Amino acid sequence: MAGKTLYDKVWDAHVVRQEADGTCLLYIDRHLVHEVTSPQAFEGLKIAQRQPWRTASMVAVPDHNIPTKDLDQGITDPVSRLQVETLHDNCREFGVVEFNIGDPRQGIVHVMGPEQGATLPGMTVVCGDSHTSTHGAFGALAHGIGTSEVEHVMATQCLIQKKMKNMRVNVNGKVGKGVTAKDIVLAIIGEIGTAGGTGYAIEFAGEAIRDLSMEGRMTVCNMAIEGGARAGMIAVDDTTIEYVKGRPYAPKTEQWAAAVEAWRELHSDAEAVFDLEVNLDAASIQPQVTWGTSPEMVLAVDGLIPDPTKEADTVKANSIRAALKYMGLEANTPINQVQVDKVFIGSCTNSRIEDLRAAAEVAKGRKLASNIKLAMVVPGSGLVKQQAEQEGLDKIFLEAGFEWREPGCSMCLAMNADRLEPGERCASTSNRNFEGRQGQGGRTHLVSPAMAAAAAVTGHFVDVRQF
Amino acid sequence: MEKFTVHQGVVVPLDRANVDTDAIIPKQYLKSIKRTGFGPTLFDDWRYNEPGEPGMDHSKRAVNQDFVLNFPRYAGASILLARENFGCGSSREHAVWALDDYGIRAVIAPSFADIFFNNSFKSGLLPIYLDAAIVEGLFKEVEARPGYQLTIDLAAQQVITPSGEKLSFEVDEFRKFCLLNGLDDIGLTLQHAPDIQAYEAKRQLSAPWLFN
Repeated sequence: MAGKTLYDKVWDAHVVRQEADGTCLLYIDRHLVHEVTSPQAFEGLKIAQRQPWRTASMVAVPDHNIPTKDLDQGITDPVSRLQVETLHDNCREFGVVEFNIGDPRQGIVHVMGPEQGATLPGMTVVCGDSHTSTHGAFGALAHGIGTSEVEHVMATQCLIQKKMKNMRVNVNGKVGKGVTAKDIVLAIIGEIGTAGGTGYAIEFAGEAIRDLSMEGRMTVCNMAIEGGARAGMIAVDDTTIEYVKGRPYAPKTEQWAAAVEAWRELHSDAEAVFDLEVNLDAASIQPQVTWGTSPEMVLAVDGLIPDPTKEADTVKANSIRAALKYMGLEANTPINQVQVDKVFIGSCTNSRIEDLRAAAEVAKGRKLASNIKLAMVVPGSGLVKQQAEQEGLDKIFLEAGFEWREPGCSMCLAMNADRLEPGERCASTSNRNFEGRQGQGGRTHLVSPAMAAAAAVTGHFVDVRQF
Repeated sequence: MEKFTVHQGVVVPLDRANVDTDAIIPKQYLKSIKRTGFGPTLFDDWRYNEPGEPGMDHSKRAVNQDFVLNFPRYAGASILLARENFGCGSSREHAVWALDDYGIRAVIAPSFADIFFNNSFKSGLLPIYLDAAIVEGLFKEVEARPGYQLTIDLAAQQVITPSGEKLSFEVDEFRKFCLLNGLDDIGLTLQHAPDIQAYEAKRQLSAPWLFN
């Protein structure tokens, strides 16, 4: 008998019923909720006079709209404030646990969930946010859903779904010094393309993935969606179990042994067959920088910006031309000659303690380059912030000239006051370099935390391995 | 949800690959707690020459005459013709609501991002994927013939061109059923409540830590 993939195992354990055409009702263990994609869902429940099926499965946190400074003044934008207050009112009305502003556990939903142990191996996890793929780092099946599905999960504890196909991305061997989880995942997206994972659940495997900490694994799974896959997953091992142990939502002492025994099965069987396998050589991955307006438009730091006249495919050549124009770049320029205006270290991709340590190591004893208008560090949660301050990272950043902010999504998508002005160029540790993502007319280059810090202190993209 | 049975309408061509949901509806409009009113800010950054904010009177903003949605020949369009990987990026259903509110009933493209594709059916917007060569042909026809219209027959799963050519497309049986009847799938799922309860009872025994 053919073996099962990790995805097959978690999927099979959650099928409530299956229709003749393959459509399934899939049971959802954990529902993470934030302020942007939930108000219409709660409203839908109220209109239909429905109650949440299992309130205990829900954990809510405001993150997208939260200001990252002067929090004592509250949220000054009345539209943002109403959305955050609406989440709070809904949580109170329906009895949903919420980590509100001022609670040290408040932070980006995809940082807070794992930190609290609300994400456990083998779970199905959903959230009205595409970066829910992050939680797949725990051997969970986790993906983003739209607001109608948020309401559906609230009301029924299930999703209506068809099974996806299985893809495995093997990152074989070890990465070199200075090459991080962010570089690995950007290199993967460069290889498979931004739609390469459409219709698949991707399992990330291989020595370079197993060598990553949970923080690094979350960074990789976080960006599965930028490769088109709703879900990214990584097999459970000792690293996973050690991370989960003792967290507030982790299994209690008397359940722990049974849980660990079950979690040990959360890996693809040796005989498992994948619909598609992709192999990357870890040693050949260099620090990455995106140059364009899609995450697949990515280069090694010593690379040249592409030339549309060398692209045979018309649609692709047009995409390159449009991206060059928007980004204000010339074809064939070395990416390490491109100067930046702002630096953003944060987001659900790269705002965990390990990310801040990596950036601080580069920033330590250095100063922002004179052309940098603003460099900001936004920890992923209040607890990450506390930890960083205990380690003195805040002082390193402040001495180098960075701003040390309060937790939230911040300039990853610029729903709060943190944003780029038209034409400004940013080295960002976030996940999307789409047009206007960090502010209308803003130009985003995605990099690792260490590469972002290096750009901050030199004023342009530079190979962090030279530091 | 509005039913989708047979629809005929003007086609507007958006000749770009990887159109993301940030482009379809920029983030500042996601602060709304409503499902409606997103039509005037559909493709906001491309459609207007000046930045937009929630609460503005969008009819008074300077329009980008070079953006295809603003071409007089595509006024009143209800079918969007697009390129590969339409709707990539964020899970915001606001992207679907914006298209719907503008008056788009169907999007035809060679491929869609998964979450957008899924969200579309929930708000009565029909995403149709056709072979890339067929889509390329449609782009040429739309651009060559002002007022170009297509007819979409969901029950027959066909896109019908003005010359009567019938282009078949695939759609899941369940999604088709819900769209044809304008059904809310929560009500349908709740008909299976006993199955969900039985699953939970079994699961509580095998993995009790999931119910803490």
